[in-house]
Amino acid sequence: MSTTEEKEQAVAEDEQKEAGDEQAAEEVPAEATPEPVKPGTWRFLIPIAAFFVGFVVLLFVGWIIFPQLLYCEKQQPIDFSHKLHVEEVGECEGCHFFREDGSFSGVPKLENCLQCHEEPMGEHPEEAKLIKEYVEPEKEIPWYIYARQPVCVFFSHAAHVKMGELECETCHGPVGDSDHVRPYQYNRLTKYSRDIWGWNIAGFKKNSWDRMKMDDCAECHEKMKGTKDACFVCHK
Amino acid sequence: MKLDRRTFIELGVGFSVGAGTGFMLTPVNWKLMDDVAIWTQNWPWVPVPERGKVTHVNSVCTLCPGGCGITVRKVEDRATKIEGRKGYPVNKGGICILGAAGLQLLYGPWRVPSPLRRVGKRGSGHFERISWDEAINAVVQKLRGLRQNNQSHTLACISGSDRGTMSQLFDRFLKAYGSPNFIRTASAEDTYELALGVMQGTTASVAYDLERANFILSFGSGLIEGWGSPVRVIKAHSMWRSGNSKERATVVQIEPRLSNTAAKADNWYPVNPGTEAALALGLAHVIIKESLYDLDFIRNHTFGFEDWGDFTGKTYMGFKHLVLTEYTPEAVARITGLSAKKIIELARAFAKAERPLAVWGRGKGTISGSLYECMAVHALNALVGNINKPGGVSARPQVATQAWPDVDQDTTAWTGCRMPRLDGAGTSRYPLTKYLPERLFQIINAQKAGTIQALLVHEADPYYTTLDSAAVAKAFDRIPFVVSFSTYMDETAYHADLILPNHHYLERWEDVPTPVGLQKPILGLLKPAVSPQFDTRHTGDVLMAIAKGLGGTVANAFPWEDYETLLKETMGDKWDTLEETGYVEEADYEPPARESGFGTPSGKFEFYVTAFDQAGMKMSKDVDYLPHYEPVEPEGSAVTYPLILIPLELMRLADGAVGNPPFCTKTLEETELKGNDLFVEINPKTAADFRLSEGQHAILETPKGKAKVLVHLFEGIMPGVIAIPKGLGHTAYDDYLAGKGVNANSLMGVVEDPISGLSATWGIRAKLTSV
Repeated sequence: MSTTEEKEQAVAEDEQKEAGDEQAAEEVPAEATPEPVKPGTWRFLIPIAAFFVGFVVLLFVGWIIFPQLLYCEKQQPIDFSHKLHVEEVGECEGCHFFREDGSFSGVPKLENCLQCHEEPMGEHPEEAKLIKEYVEPEKEIPWYIYARQPVCVFFSHAAHVKMGELECETCHGPVGDSDHVRPYQYNRLTKYSRDIWGWNIAGFKKNSWDRMKMDDCAECHEKMKGTKDACFVCHK
Repeated sequence: MKLDRRTFIELGVGFSVGAGTGFMLTPVNWKLMDDVAIWTQNWPWVPVPERGKVTHVNSVCTLCPGGCGITVRKVEDRATKIEGRKGYPVNKGGICILGAAGLQLLYGPWRVPSPLRRVGKRGSGHFERISWDEAINAVVQKLRGLRQNNQSHTLACISGSDRGTMSQLFDRFLKAYGSPNFIRTASAEDTYELALGVMQGTTASVAYDLERANFILSFGSGLIEGWGSPVRVIKAHSMWRSGNSKERATVVQIEPRLSNTAAKADNWYPVNPGTEAALALGLAHVIIKESLYDLDFIRNHTFGFEDWGDFTGKTYMGFKHLVLTEYTPEAVARITGLSAKKIIELARAFAKAERPLAVWGRGKGTISGSLYECMAVHALNALVGNINKPGGVSARPQVATQAWPDVDQDTTAWTGCRMPRLDGAGTSRYPLTKYLPERLFQIINAQKAGTIQALLVHEADPYYTTLDSAAVAKAFDRIPFVVSFSTYMDETAYHADLILPNHHYLERWEDVPTPVGLQKPILGLLKPAVSPQFDTRHTGDVLMAIAKGLGGTVANAFPWEDYETLLKETMGDKWDTLEETGYVEEADYEPPARESGFGTPSGKFEFYVTAFDQAGMKMSKDVDYLPHYEPVEPEGSAVTYPLILIPLELMRLADGAVGNPPFCTKTLEETELKGNDLFVEINPKTAADFRLSEGQHAILETPKGKAKVLVHLFEGIMPGVIAIPKGLGHTAYDDYLAGKGVNANSLMGVVEDPISGLSATWGIRAKLTSV
């Protein structure tokens, strides 16, 4: 017998065997027939349950996980107490003043701090930190600025505070009453401070200072000036 | 429950729909959409100035002779904007495009970062950085060698100005060193100073009371194209154009091409290029013939109007005689191409105007021009009694400063300074001229090598701005040692052996003399707005260091500790005001009275110039002493070169010593520069004759060179005349400027004025061939 013939025989035998197996398989369920699955009353719950699981998971991701992923949190270099300083110095203008030419000084420079803190005034550990890390090496404190608007926005404090007679709180909130600085968060994509969009991830706001997007500027501009479409006022 | 296929699908679909619904009820999508939009607006490579304290520094712009006051806005140490200084007597808050683009020159890539020494072949652009000590020492060694060989007179210096402490320092250096060859670069001021010198006997600069004139007759001056002190003139122009028709001034432009000035003028008269002097004399003819001239001024304060005789009984021709016989409207019409009727009308309108004023200086006034032409226009002002009068022309001095002690010369210096000037200025051939910048290079080429052994270049770019670039390049090859003090890598610096970079004008102290054409003397102060950005040094300090290195009397001529000390001492009692307000203005200055205002031999305004005789210039004819029309023939034969090429100047294109910043180049239209090709303007009629069409390439050829250009058909240019813009075709600087277009100076030659020796070139013959 040649090799080819041997192979052909083997294949034929295999085919016979397979045919026999199939027969056996058909026979088995015939012998032990279970109760047929009736369209049960609970069956429709499967997709509904799945719907709710998906619904809840995504709500959780969207409302809880997403903000944590989107924003990066930083602590301010020094835990500064506005309350204490307001009691000592007085009004906001004590440190956040207008310069002679009308421009706004913004966050005070180290030289401002030096007016009182050249030597330690008390024993607070944060003051010790200020003196050791910034006053002695004459280094500016790298504050994170909560309220910084994007570079495409022209904003003048003088126009709002002096001419518009707005209170600082209207936009900045009751910062003066705080004992501690809150953490600073910025958007990983846009690098903007979280205060611009607002801390509510849905963008809801309760107070005038909760959010400072363009619509919030426009809302007030419309109220005060009668128009919200004067683009060039802010976008020079 | 068994996870069969059906269950799997039910679970999957249920979950997905649930997840989808849930997702839609979260802020993720809305928030991300907003964030992504913002993210795309904040690419990290978009330059944004850092935040910080905003301050302003007042200084003066030195990018052209306009001398405008500027206010530099700074954020912390970074200059972020240049604005016109409010209330500054010259520009009153205005600024031009070049001045506003000054920051690109400050922070641009074409700054020379440190002293450089050429290492490759000249012009190959290979330099090595060296220290300041090495650089100064190299200059000292070279100059000491020349002095030891009694060749001190072979040192020359080219400067962009001859006023102010810096230019005077160079002049002083040459005096102490022993060379007469201090040269100022060319401008229309050269000729006007000469005209004032011979007709009014002063050494002062011309001043136009533009603001008070109400009929402006411009002989080709680009009043809104950068002529004079550009912002001031443009402001005056706005004033002339505003108000109702009774109040507003009349502007008449004489120019072969419809420039912006011509387009905005009340009347535009295109005359054959180069015949402006004939037109001025034609107008004088009508004015004299119809007795429309200022009789009082002519009779009492002028000399040479009527024919006159000297004590020997010999009679000489007066201006009236010449004009009445030679320049009839018909004769002038034939020369200029303007009809006799128009000439008569224009003359009457000019003479009858309340405060007429004729202004001279083609384009921006970058070319010296013809002396007789300038005199003819000046004579027109004299005819209407417009000299030293409100709304007129006067000779204005500079603000007086403290004089420096005399230079104590040693024998070498004494001998060297008495050698004749190389450019021929002040010699018996050109006794009245102070500097002959264009002629210098022609002479270097004509004489044997080594005529000039060393050249110092300060605040100038002669390699680019001088006419006939090929001749200049050849001459540079014949100067063994070229030192540039340029802030920028301009063409001269590029072809220098040593570059000793000066601080940028926003980084240094310096005095700025009265801007060109201004009525009242004013002295401005250049004040550092930012700290030096590179390893540069004030040229004043460098020059003094070189002098100290040379020792002896050269060092002794510079007793000051440093340039700042010198500046303070020179300004004397004016320093405090200067430092405080940034300028000193002689607001009460009035031009000298007519009785005492003329320093001529006759003590009067001279139509007939006796100063020529005094200077030993023997003229063959009477007419040579009078303003007359002497054609300045453009180079080339009319057969080979059937067209006439004239340069055109634009406000948006700097064509002086400072290269055009990218900000300005961007404003050029697609009919001026397209890609790297520049356009030649041609009248559609002429274009048809030469079978040229809009936008096609052509070869522009003149006796001096040729270039590939694009054709732009323009109805506003006279038939037979073609024009290209000045200010392009740089080879140095950087990719934003180099290789764009053609340098108009490379296609033009020098046609010398017979009296002054200055370049009287106004154009050249050319041909355009289609390719």
